[in-house]
Amino acid sequence: MANAEAGFNLEIDLTRGNIERVAGDPNLAKQYLGGLGTNAKILYERVPPEVEPFSPENLLIFGTGLLTGTPLPSCNRTVISTISPQTNLMAYSMMGGFWAPELKYAGYDKVIFRGKSPELIYVWINGDKVELRDASHLKGKGAVETQELIKKELQDPNVQVCAIGLAGENRVFTASIEQGRSSASRLGIGAVMGDKGIKAVAVRGKKDVNVARPLELLQLCHEVLQYVKDREDKPVPNVMPILAGLGSPQEMLHTDEKWHTENFSWGNSRERRKDFWTKEVEEKWKVVQENARTRLISCYNCPMKCGAIISLPGMSTYMMKCFTKLTYNMAAFVDDLEFGFRIAQRATEYGVDGFSTPQIMAFAFELREAGILGEEHFEGCPDDNEGKFYWILDRIVRREGIGDILADGTHWAALKIGNGADAYAHNNIKKHEQLPLKLGMLNPIYYLMYCTGEKCNITQIEGQFPQAPFATMEEREEFVKDWVHVPDEKFKKYVLDWEMRGENSNPYYPTVDMSVDVVDWQEMMHYIDDAVGMCAGMSSFPLKPPYHIHNYPLIISAATGMEMDEEGLKKIYRRIRNLVRAFNIRRGLTRADEKPPEDHWRKRFPELEEQLLDAYYKFKGWNNQGIPTKETLLELGMGYVSEDLEKRGILSYE
Amino acid sequence: MSKAKKKVKVIKIDVDKCNGCRACELICSSFHATPKYSSNNPERSRVRVIRDPLKDIYLPVYAGEYTPAECAGRNKYVLDGREYSECDTCRASCPSRTLFTEPDSGLPLKCDMCDGEDEPMCVKWCLSKALTYEEREEEREEEPKIGEMEIGLEALVNRHGMQKVMDTIARLSKKG
Repeated sequence: MANAEAGFNLEIDLTRGNIERVAGDPNLAKQYLGGLGTNAKILYERVPPEVEPFSPENLLIFGTGLLTGTPLPSCNRTVISTISPQTNLMAYSMMGGFWAPELKYAGYDKVIFRGKSPELIYVWINGDKVELRDASHLKGKGAVETQELIKKELQDPNVQVCAIGLAGENRVFTASIEQGRSSASRLGIGAVMGDKGIKAVAVRGKKDVNVARPLELLQLCHEVLQYVKDREDKPVPNVMPILAGLGSPQEMLHTDEKWHTENFSWGNSRERRKDFWTKEVEEKWKVVQENARTRLISCYNCPMKCGAIISLPGMSTYMMKCFTKLTYNMAAFVDDLEFGFRIAQRATEYGVDGFSTPQIMAFAFELREAGILGEEHFEGCPDDNEGKFYWILDRIVRREGIGDILADGTHWAALKIGNGADAYAHNNIKKHEQLPLKLGMLNPIYYLMYCTGEKCNITQIEGQFPQAPFATMEEREEFVKDWVHVPDEKFKKYVLDWEMRGENSNPYYPTVDMSVDVVDWQEMMHYIDDAVGMCAGMSSFPLKPPYHIHNYPLIISAATGMEMDEEGLKKIYRRIRNLVRAFNIRRGLTRADEKPPEDHWRKRFPELEEQLLDAYYKFKGWNNQGIPTKETLLELGMGYVSEDLEKRGILSYE
Repeated sequence: MSKAKKKVKVIKIDVDKCNGCRACELICSSFHATPKYSSNNPERSRVRVIRDPLKDIYLPVYAGEYTPAECAGRNKYVLDGREYSECDTCRASCPSRTLFTEPDSGLPLKCDMCDGEDEPMCVKWCLSKALTYEEREEEREEEPKIGEMEIGLEALVNRHGMQKVMDTIARLSKKG
């Protein structure tokens, strides 16, 4: 066991009701750190490709990051891994909040669920004492409500609970796992939790988390905190306000939503409303938000305040963060922000993903308008946009009528509905709904991230590098001046030479090779964050964050005592990246799946796009089908993966 | 009795600014670990955030004096429409609760303002500025100093009664 780890996992067999405390493999951290890395290792070894998402053999793993629970600011993520019912690939949704640190304090690095409970239960992890408890009284209860009821039942306000709502119980493919102000929303992991019969997991811990070289780590933490303070006073100039600071987009703080409302699409990711943000809207929305927001709040040990307590008359209080503020308004074409705050309350209690779900709802009404879904499916549906959306949300979550089909997401619903419905499921990657963003000119860096991001979510793979070129050379020089984060000086040149128009502009600049470089850097930071348990909002997502490839090795080493340098850390990143890829390849992922929504950009360049993908695969050490080669796997010490791929006939080696 | 100047250390708590992150708890327990910063565990912290997010209750409370007996009655405070129990605002390490007792030994914890540091670590780590640090000078009448041993004995007497303490000392002295 490395320092910073608890050293034990909980193995819970839900079918038999068996609970074991099992020592973790002490060598695993050196190879895969923790969090996503070790979750992926367990999934690769124990979940063969024949296993279906809703089969008892599927695992549901709640992992802490390697450094979660140490004093490292903002290192609080819970990484939940399983097979996604929507994509049939690895899901690794994450949440901030307080749950993972509490699990470390309880003495565990992971909770690994297998099997299925015959009855709805909740799990109570009270340090060394762990029980499966009857949850029949919680059946159908809201995800937030359930957390409160369990805390009351256990008579301890410091218990941390994550829970599913009705959507998870009903195996809705966009069901989330909710916990305080946080949620692990993407890829339907709440449905797997519901399928396993787990309503909630409550945890309380009173043990120590140790670090290897305390004074050194403390000094590094103080540098991070000082940097956060300085960075707050010095937002990055010449970029949009939401990209200028740290944290996840500060949408609970800021009331100015001109950029999102005018640049993202409304409805079923269709229409841009370029004149939406009028003075009148601005004033009205400001009042609504300030009225609804009681307080800005944080996750464990984090100085940012990305979340908010939302309280409106006539409904129970809940917590919110980020873009969910707008997704329901925009999908429903409702111009009153209060609708967004109100329907999100119901959606949070139901426990659904705020990105995918509103799009499924908008998709349904488009199909109705197009005559593909007949009126018989909408009996009792109100006429106004607000009422319609509440109505369809209830149907989906309860799997009633047409809601039962829609609950599988737009891809699977379109297949079942037929009659040309698939053309309306137009905003998916690998069967998963994407942010409603439709743009003009292809951006080569984003093209690669959309195609290859294993998590199928752009915000979980982008960051570090500016989204667009700066207008003038002065602005570019200003930007690169204190850009200590780059893994290599060449990245500064990419920014300096990147123009808005002409030869050095999208889509041919950054060039193919440069684009691959940039994407690899962006990915690297996300994979490291997901393995150590760091919030992307403090590291891989924003420009010029406090954590980067130069201070991470020092931090990891001081906390764990493992020897670590940049090269070593990069190698670990490549190992995790290849493992996740191999897992998905084994489940049938192919090159043909790696594409953005067809209408994501108006201007497409098929030849260039092929070149980009070829170059990316080559850079990764994969063959032209995106499969890691034997050579790559052996270099990373992953002979077990290459043997497995060979045995399964996925790769044949001469 | 003569008057003497005394430096009073003050942590000012602005509950409206608290974001509930509990960094104060973490770093307090880390500072007081042996060796310093070698581990952390909020359960050992001498500051705890009383948190009830849905009721918008965020209240950092510091460990104060040990008390051998719990209060006879309890009050409730309603401030700005939020209901706090008296215990929420109480600093005592008290038999009515586990707050501010060492989880291993059950001994009482007490905030020492991170003696030896420029400012308490909880303040340093509170970037929201819910916790700020002030020092002020106060004139006080100088009290006669009681020796450390006398304080200790007094506590023992309070806890076990004079007779038991006397008996124990007598027994120990025989062994000597």
